[in-house]
Amino acid sequence: MSDFALELLDIQCTFRSKDDHSQRYTAVADTTLRVRAGEFVSVVGPTGCGKSTLLNVGAGLLEPSSGMVKVFGQPLSGINARAGYMFQSEALMPWRSALDNVAVGLQYRGMPKAEARSQAQQWLARVGLAGFGDRYPHQLSGGMRKRTALAQTLALDPDIILMDEPFSALDIQTRQLMENEVLDLWAAKRKAVLFITHDLDEAIAMSDRVVVLSAGPATRPIGEFTIDLARPRDVAEVRTHPRFVELHTQIWGVLRDEVLKGYEQQLRKAA
Amino acid sequence: MSMRPSERNARAWQIGLLVVLLLLWHFASRSDKIAFFFGEPIQVLGRVWSWFMPVGLPPNPLFPDGLPGNADIYQHLGTTLLETVLAFVIGTVLGLAFGLWLALSPAASLILDPYIKAANSMPRVILAPIFGLWFGLGIWSKVALAVTLVFFIVFFNVYQGVREVSPTVLANARMLGASQRQLLRTVYLPSATSWVFSSLHTSVGLAFVGAVVGEYLGSARGVGYLILQAEGTFDVNTVFAGIIVLTAFALVLDGVVGLIERRLMTWQPQAGETEKI
Repeated sequence: MSDFALELLDIQCTFRSKDDHSQRYTAVADTTLRVRAGEFVSVVGPTGCGKSTLLNVGAGLLEPSSGMVKVFGQPLSGINARAGYMFQSEALMPWRSALDNVAVGLQYRGMPKAEARSQAQQWLARVGLAGFGDRYPHQLSGGMRKRTALAQTLALDPDIILMDEPFSALDIQTRQLMENEVLDLWAAKRKAVLFITHDLDEAIAMSDRVVVLSAGPATRPIGEFTIDLARPRDVAEVRTHPRFVELHTQIWGVLRDEVLKGYEQQLRKAA
Repeated sequence: MSMRPSERNARAWQIGLLVVLLLLWHFASRSDKIAFFFGEPIQVLGRVWSWFMPVGLPPNPLFPDGLPGNADIYQHLGTTLLETVLAFVIGTVLGLAFGLWLALSPAASLILDPYIKAANSMPRVILAPIFGLWFGLGIWSKVALAVTLVFFIVFFNVYQGVREVSPTVLANARMLGASQRQLLRTVYLPSATSWVFSSLHTSVGLAFVGAVVGEYLGSARGVGYLILQAEGTFDVNTVFAGIIVLTAFALVLDGVVGLIERRLMTWQPQAGETEKI
């Protein structure tokens, strides 16, 4: 068996414009990314550089134009059943209560309703929402919805967890709380995590490894850094650690040019 | 208390307006010519009494001949309501099924698109004679007419509802391992249902319209039939009484739908409801 949980090999994604078939846009090119079992890898890059595209390829939601995806050594076709996905935007079903949202994945896998609900209840308790199972998503705050989504993803006990800027919509305090909680849950189970963010602080504080992507189009990895900070970490405290500052300076040196490049491109597109 | 119209005394103003209109109608109908075309409110009221009440009234100043208590509207009203409910249920189920099918099968929707547009823009009331020919003068020709009205409302709403499912919710359900059938049951159907419910008020009203118009064009029973008969003998009072009864029951149907809607749609944020944290 391969010791890589998820391998994206020579991935290229080219989109054709819907209106004009001769117009093409290459979002991702020549990208190889490997995540070991139990490893926490963050991918940072300027906004709109194709980070989410990469994650969708890993999830099996999007088929790459060329290249291959391997999951624990097996080539992937269709949905990646060993992965759980936490989306950036609202992904809960608004017509189901929090408890039923967490239970739905278990029910999809054929678990009887009563058992699925009791397991879902335990997961809700683990993310601190024990008394909120009967609330509908619109009755929950943004942070609570994210916790519910986290419980929904983790309830299926996936071997790979894909996260697409899951906390970008949260305020800074809630965000740090949730980052620590995710780290605790991860430390207990040691799953492979591929974490997408545009926040370098978040990436360094949480990961074993940080991959920097270039600005689009034709995004590819341009730097890779091993984060050798001791675990367990507290995301707020670790930020003052001298090694953190050193790493941050190093990575930012690579990232800054790309961010500026990406920003310029957006300005040009708007003009 | 101020007499200016406001939220608080709106009810009083509404009732006041009704009284004024009724009085105007009453005094205008003192003239025989006007009474012939517009009826008399007191006679209309007497007709409604005779339809619903099993006991008559002895001769009195308002009704010099007294009022018979026939209580004979129930079978007609029952027929009309039965047609409405049948058309509503059949039209909704058909609309739901077709809407889901077309929204989830791009090939079918591509081919059928012009036919659907044509069928929707056709003035469907004109189908009534054909339905009469096919299904006879019983209730089914009326049900068929009303179904054609209900079907398209529900169909377009379901179609839209499925199309507008949030792509993130859909992708999430797929990542959680939903099969095609489970997607239909747990994502498409609930999403479409909310759109159907927003159209239920319109569609129950149209079911009623279909049933009454069907009866009016040819039947042996129903409130539309009563109105048709009265019109044939220039009995304007009965026509107006029929209109009032129909309006009242349309309001009742609408209220029932509202009740069901509130029961089933608790998950939807109400306008003005604050977020509970």
